[in-house]
Amino acid sequence: MIIDINFVGLIITSIMASAVPLILASCGELITERSGVLNLGVEGMMIIGAISGFALMTVTGSLFIAVFGAMLAGVLISTIFAFLTQTLITNHVATGLALTIFGIGISAMIGKNFVGIPGKEFPVLFNSLKDTIPFLSPILFGHSIVFYFAFALPFFTNYFLKKTKIGLIVRAVGDSPESASNQGINVRLVRYACILYGGAMCGLAGAYLSMIYTPQWIENMTGGRGWIALALVVFSTWNPIKILIGAMIFGGLTIIQFHMQAMGVRIPVQFLTALPYIVTIVVLVVISRDSRKIRLSTPSSLGKSFYKDN
Amino acid sequence: MRLPLRNLECLWGEEKLIKIVKRDQPSRAIFFLTPILAIFLTLVAGGLIFYILGFKPFEALKFFFIVPIADNYGLSELLLKATPLCLIAIGLSFCFKSNNWNIGAEGQLTFGAIVSGGVALLFYDQEGFYILPIVILAGAIGGMLYASIPAILKTYFNTNEILVSLMLVYVSKLILDYLVVGPWSNPEGFNFPETRQFSDSARLPLLFEGLRIHAGIYLALAAVVISWFIFYKTFLGFQMKVSGFSLKTAKYAGYKGKKMIILVFLISGACAGLAGVGEITGPIGQLHREVSPDYGFTAIIVAFLGRLHPVGIIFASLVVAITYLGAETAQIFMQIPKYTGQVFQGMILFFLLASDYLLFFKFKFIGSKK
Repeated sequence: MIIDINFVGLIITSIMASAVPLILASCGELITERSGVLNLGVEGMMIIGAISGFALMTVTGSLFIAVFGAMLAGVLISTIFAFLTQTLITNHVATGLALTIFGIGISAMIGKNFVGIPGKEFPVLFNSLKDTIPFLSPILFGHSIVFYFAFALPFFTNYFLKKTKIGLIVRAVGDSPESASNQGINVRLVRYACILYGGAMCGLAGAYLSMIYTPQWIENMTGGRGWIALALVVFSTWNPIKILIGAMIFGGLTIIQFHMQAMGVRIPVQFLTALPYIVTIVVLVVISRDSRKIRLSTPSSLGKSFYKDN
Repeated sequence: MRLPLRNLECLWGEEKLIKIVKRDQPSRAIFFLTPILAIFLTLVAGGLIFYILGFKPFEALKFFFIVPIADNYGLSELLLKATPLCLIAIGLSFCFKSNNWNIGAEGQLTFGAIVSGGVALLFYDQEGFYILPIVILAGAIGGMLYASIPAILKTYFNTNEILVSLMLVYVSKLILDYLVVGPWSNPEGFNFPETRQFSDSARLPLLFEGLRIHAGIYLALAAVVISWFIFYKTFLGFQMKVSGFSLKTAKYAGYKGKKMIILVFLISGACAGLAGVGEITGPIGQLHREVSPDYGFTAIIVAFLGRLHPVGIIFASLVVAITYLGAETAQIFMQIPKYTGQVFQGMILFFLLASDYLLFFKFKFIGSKK
């Protein structure tokens, strides 16, 4: 079998494209979790972002409004979560689940009138350079701005957490809210900000799905990607750079199943579709087995409410 | 304590009229009253949403919550939907009480349905009193097997049970899809994605002629009684309660933590599996792609709304079951999208969690300081 180098390049490109929503949502959730908040509503925020982006694009025709509208929708829906968990001190897990159920319901309600409408084409950058270098140029050029943003985001996130003062504050709040509070940091404010930021990134991830990856609106179109994004955060042991690796692996699993079907590999299609979920479980087991390592990298106050009596 | 009401304080100037005080102990009365408050707030917010969508709020709410259960058929449908919700929620309350976050009941239900459906298919051309008990048992075992995966991974590999149990939901649905399309599909079924019809001996008997409500409701009621007994009359129930409050205390008292984790998962898996049996041997009578309209996820809300109390869960399952029926009725009569049901379910949980604030804090009127 002759391996066409351009074909390999195309496969890598499609793997990267399917990794984009995972990277965006995971990096957002990573910041939220680093501040000590476990938001299980990623799936709900993504689907809200998906319908908002698509609906705004169809109604206004403006890409700018659609993309930022989707992020804003993510922020708005995560405000509910922030208000409940931070101001009313509710349980993070239950609130996140409610957010997902609510998000899926309300997105389908809004999206009722947008089913079957074809999406608009999203402009790509550097399209003229696409045929210059074999193999490399389809990987590097001819993608949407969200694509480039997603692949830069883990590095920015890493820099933010490790090198900036605000990043240090976020980590301090996540690791020991009591000490941070004693230092005069407003824990609640920091957590609010981190939750809203996570919401914006999940909204963007959803918008990428409905506007760029598969430009149309289908009910429940996130199809569990939000949950895989959550698993990716654990997979990465809260390290943004490892999210990039993890997202490529999971994106790869999604793409490989299409190619295996196309090549006529006789494996039931359902098994291939189930593969990302099964691999997630296996990876979680391998990562979590070393309980010391997990304990060292997990934000110590993750999922615990903070209440300051004054 | 001044944060939550800071804005209101601004409105009133320096002299505070109301102060928020932390309660010494959570209020027991409010513990059982807040679910009712949550339902009320959900109705108000639901009416508001209907109004925004351009419907008459009261008429829409009437179609949603009253019309569907106005006759015997409606009541039977209500019980039909409440049965699996109640059964699963009872199982989940074991997990939630002891701080185990099993959110994959939907997968355990599906796997229970697969195993019991497989057994029922073995007997498809036979009749006999022994078939139904075997089928029911198979469903419970299937659910338990599937729930044991997150339990074992949690206890021995320290893996997060939330993610594992959830991932397994997708896997179970794909297994079911594979089976009904491939090896188990009805040979005389013109390639429809469904199995043969089960024999009458593998079906749960109907309670009333002409209505769909079936004997599965007895399973749910039995689960309620047994769980009440375990929670409040056994040492296991006490251990669960202690571990739920504080894992450290439980460890200090020498409780076998790992054993308990596995046990509560098995119980909740068995309940979900039985709910799956109830669906396929009750109203459906065969396996096909959709054995459950997300009962497993909705039951999480039921468990919370029922305050993890067996009797509370009965009422909660009836309330939440209405959202399923109401969504269907409202879709038929008013063209309101059927997902409104999920919106209502999410809102109930939001409002319930929010009103828990009243459990721990109280508003104290301190009069004006003029």
